[in-house]
Amino acid sequence: MIAHLFMRQGVQILFVLAMAPLLAGWVRQCRAWLANRAGAGLLQPYRELLRLLRKQPVVPHEASALFVATPYIVFTTMVVASALVPMITIHLPLAGAADAVVLAGVFSLARIFAALAAMDLGTGFGSMGARRAMLVGFLAEPALLMVLFTPALISGSTSLVVIVRQLARHGVILYPSMAFAAVAYVMVTLAENARLPVDNPDTHLELTMIHEALNLEYSGRYLALIEWGAAIKLFVYIGIGAALFFPWGIAQGTSSAGLAIAYALFSAKLATAGAGLAVIETVFAKLRLFRVPEFLGTAFLLAVLGLLMRYLFGH
Amino acid sequence: MMPLAAPINLLAALFLLVVFAMLWQRRLANLITIYAWQGTILTLSIALAAYATHSAHLYASACLNGLLKIVLVPALLRRLARRLDVQWDRESLVQVSTVMLIGLGLVIFAFNAALPIAAAGHGINRAIIGIALASILLSLLMMILRATALSQVIGFLAMENSLIFAATSVTYGMPMVIEFGIALDVIVGVFILGVFFFHIREQFDSLDIDRIERREESR
Repeated sequence: MIAHLFMRQGVQILFVLAMAPLLAGWVRQCRAWLANRAGAGLLQPYRELLRLLRKQPVVPHEASALFVATPYIVFTTMVVASALVPMITIHLPLAGAADAVVLAGVFSLARIFAALAAMDLGTGFGSMGARRAMLVGFLAEPALLMVLFTPALISGSTSLVVIVRQLARHGVILYPSMAFAAVAYVMVTLAENARLPVDNPDTHLELTMIHEALNLEYSGRYLALIEWGAAIKLFVYIGIGAALFFPWGIAQGTSSAGLAIAYALFSAKLATAGAGLAVIETVFAKLRLFRVPEFLGTAFLLAVLGLLMRYLFGH
Repeated sequence: MMPLAAPINLLAALFLLVVFAMLWQRRLANLITIYAWQGTILTLSIALAAYATHSAHLYASACLNGLLKIVLVPALLRRLARRLDVQWDRESLVQVSTVMLIGLGLVIFAFNAALPIAAAGHGINRAIIGIALASILLSLLMMILRATALSQVIGFLAMENSLIFAATSVTYGMPMVIEFGIALDVIVGVFILGVFFFHIREQFDSLDIDRIERREESR
């Protein structure tokens, strides 16, 4: 029984590791189609990762141990985060070990190390990117927590497993509070994953970049780990969103047929979310950096309004 | 519990969201569009209340509100903005995040103030009272914070929308005569203020209230 539990956990982690680059490729492909381009194909992120892993990494002379350790730390925290989210089934040994607040903490751990490593070398772009990343992070985190509290209030627990079980049992009901929280969650996801209205994931060497500025000094397998970690982060954020707002289809039982259906459904949710992300990135222009606090302030406002609605309506 | 509580609650939530969007919006043309959306939500909620109570006069009120607040007043405001040539002006607000935080404080205050009111009456939906009160306070906040006269008028109209929303959702409407009176007042008010704006601008070269006040002092 215990072996089965851990096997399910292992399969989910492997699924996330294998599928995260595919998700990134799918989003890029959708954006290419929307812009009337042919696109590089769904497998392009795998090719890029393979190429980077084969290359010899270059580490600057001034770099400390922190610089070398950070890619491994970032990648590991993302894998841990992916283990904590009930994406396929609620019977996961690790998902019960930590609740949604811990999950937010795991993400901020990765962010702090990435920022420290970027500041480590003392280059202009690195420290500028680090400061910007921390600015976005410190505004996005309270909004994320407020979003998490609304379903936590409805289900009476901050554990994602309990939230999924409670919400899935209620069936399809449209809570006004959850609608507000969902919109806020989308905004936080865009900011945290350095997607378009906040940061442009496609450009290098521009004064507006945030995520790319953090990775400027990395190459070879270190860069591969960071890029792979970023893909997993997006995957996990979509997984959390699916667990909070679309928990239907996450396996409640332990039968293998149920698990297979859950995998298929989750892949469908991922594909839909990826296509939606591509539409958002095509429709909206990048915000000026000074407008980002407004954007995230709105997300915070929506999340708090959702909480207040929940308190006022009492359901 | 009222009949159809769930859709009415959803509309109420949307209503509050729209008021926040008004508070946040800088461009006048978009502000007028949001005002039209607010009118749409108001009309839908009146129609729902009419459906729940099968009352003919609420159906008439929904039609009146729809005609007035989705079509007529937005069209008048648009024409006014075009003729004053201010539709794409960007207003300098106080820091948007500060405004949002003040707004949140008002919402919390209104929600708490609504609790004793709802406890005093029977069968009154306390959620609607809270949201309507919050919308009224937010519209007031908008009138205080806006710099130009036209957007202050839109804040005033938003407040009137909130009052009607409160009246129809909580007590299923006011007597027909009063509603007609209010509708007439709104129309006449918009017309008079429109004429007034041209005079203000002729006199002071600007619709910016701050500038007008400064000029008064320097005289």
